[in-house]
Amino acid sequence: MTLISMTVREALRDGMAEEMRRDETVFLMGEEVAEYNGAYKVSQGLLDEFGAKRVVDTPITEHAIAGLGVGTAFGGLRPIVEFMTFNFSMQAMDQIINSAAKTLYMSGGQMGCPIVFRGPNGAASRVGAQHSHCFASLYAHCPGLKVISPYSAGDAKSLLKAAIRDPNPIIFLENELLYGQHFDDVSQDPEHILPIGKALVRREGKDVTLTAFSLMVGKALQAADVLAEQGIEAEVIDLRTIRPLDVETIVQSVMKTNRIVSIEESWPFAGIGSEIAALMMEQAFDYLDSPLLRVTGADVPMPYAANLEHLALPQVETIVEAAKAACYRL
Amino acid sequence: MPNAISHDEALKAYHEMLLIRRFEERAAQLYGMGLIAGFCHLYIGQEAVVVGIQSTLKPQDTVITAYRDHGHMLACGMDPKGVMAELTGRSGGYSKGKGGSMHMFSREKNFFGGHGIVGAQVPIGTGLAFAHKYKEDRGVCVAYMGDGAANQGQVYESYNMASLWKLPVIYVIENNHYGMGTSVKRSSAGPNYYGRGQGWDIPGEEINGMDLLEVIKAAKRAVTHARSGKGPYILELDTYRYRGHSMSDPAKYRSKEEVEGVKENRDPIEHFKAYMLKTLKISEDQIKTIEDEVKFVVAEAVEFSKTSPEPEPSELYTDVLKEGENL
Repeated sequence: MTLISMTVREALRDGMAEEMRRDETVFLMGEEVAEYNGAYKVSQGLLDEFGAKRVVDTPITEHAIAGLGVGTAFGGLRPIVEFMTFNFSMQAMDQIINSAAKTLYMSGGQMGCPIVFRGPNGAASRVGAQHSHCFASLYAHCPGLKVISPYSAGDAKSLLKAAIRDPNPIIFLENELLYGQHFDDVSQDPEHILPIGKALVRREGKDVTLTAFSLMVGKALQAADVLAEQGIEAEVIDLRTIRPLDVETIVQSVMKTNRIVSIEESWPFAGIGSEIAALMMEQAFDYLDSPLLRVTGADVPMPYAANLEHLALPQVETIVEAAKAACYRL
Repeated sequence: MPNAISHDEALKAYHEMLLIRRFEERAAQLYGMGLIAGFCHLYIGQEAVVVGIQSTLKPQDTVITAYRDHGHMLACGMDPKGVMAELTGRSGGYSKGKGGSMHMFSREKNFFGGHGIVGAQVPIGTGLAFAHKYKEDRGVCVAYMGDGAANQGQVYESYNMASLWKLPVIYVIENNHYGMGTSVKRSSAGPNYYGRGQGWDIPGEEINGMDLLEVIKAAKRAVTHARSGKGPYILELDTYRYRGHSMSDPAKYRSKEEVEGVKENRDPIEHFKAYMLKTLKISEDQIKTIEDEVKFVVAEAVEFSKTSPEPEPSELYTDVLKEGENL
């Protein structure tokens, strides 16, 4: 399989375009997705190729956009609903959770809601508390949803394609800071999709497991480089899907390394790290030589000041420190 | 001048209204006996609304409503047995017992719920209309809501998009004058819900929802408008619910005289029955036959709802996610 290099932004666009070519019921709606080509230019060129029927600019009304999207999914279409950022999905949460996620169950399996809610998630840069929210834990809490948060361009494309083809409601969490990054792992095969729910070991190591998703995978890989210089071989797991979580891959890694650090940019309380900690207690307790440590965002609303924002987010140094602590090497 | 409704149509409509009335009365009994639990919102008094509107729809059309939904399901042609068994939480219910009174659906009848969050069905219905237009199937969606829902913000977000994109949706506001225990007067500034689409150029009208023929006439205007590609339409039906908001509501916020007055003077079923007898010259015997049929159907539904087994424990973990790919 030939892999080519492109940005995450382009890969996402190509993923959508391929699925829209393949299936006429797939369409994109959201604020600024059509004529503006996307607030972050993710939908660049889609209006030109597919026209206004299938690339739909909406008013700024997230609550009803989400509900309308759910209705189109009930009605036999496969909507992709873009949130300009996931921060605004808070306005739409009732429709996402009560209408999209629960209806299959409430209908005894009759309904189903094939819909993708996608957009940038988490902190970008200096945009303050209301525009820096990571929703991974919040949405992953809910049965009936699948939550995906890719790191590389290839994963972004192939997982987005999988999400569009999936018959369930999907939360697809992108990252603004990754949009412009190049990765040379993008498949050009329109039928190449990745399985949802499978993590990827991005770096093998024997001393400590680092779990991360989205932007934090990059930080974890950088931390692994630093750790290697200090004689610690870290294994970096890119979770890729938050729900369903690939617990098996994490357990397999912990059985080898006996130590684990979870990394996420969101808040610590009831976060993804908390969940992984509980799962390791349940499924890998006998293999742990030290307690799981969490590297998370600070437990505060995101500050604006540059120095405070830096302190509020996990940095390579904090990951390195946590990994060393897990290895009792401080 | 021909009658506004044919004999056959009249008999069918009377059957449907009476079925809803008797079904709901038995549901109340079963609730009292502890066979139905949780929330249970009865439709008694409002029968002419849904029966009148549904009579103007075509098979490809879609319907969605809130939680006072038993009447809508019956008027959509869903099986009373499956509806009642859902109320009793049995495996023979439309949602296998996992939805309850507020959450039933039928793909076959294009009934899309059954939604428990006030107003949430309105954008979803707008989305169903979007799908009709996208697929060019000439279908329309009827999105029902109460006067309570009519104050939700997402209703107006929906009006905006529906009008902007000329979506084939009919917003039916069933104004029964109380959002739970709060009267329209106390909840709504400018309570003319039918006029609230003006800002988006959505036509609206107010209709006596206790008069089946008036409902049918207005519904035909609305459906014709929506189906012809002119966009959304608002119908506000002046109606009344005889029972409390739910089975746990003693409805102390309104006087007995008020309720009795509506029952005596405006009852939609009695009103239509009188019309059938007087104007359509339908015989008492024919009406009696319908009443017997309805009684039988409801008794059958009750029996089924009692004998259908509870869902298997293994059902707890099914239907959370759909397996495999749809494509």
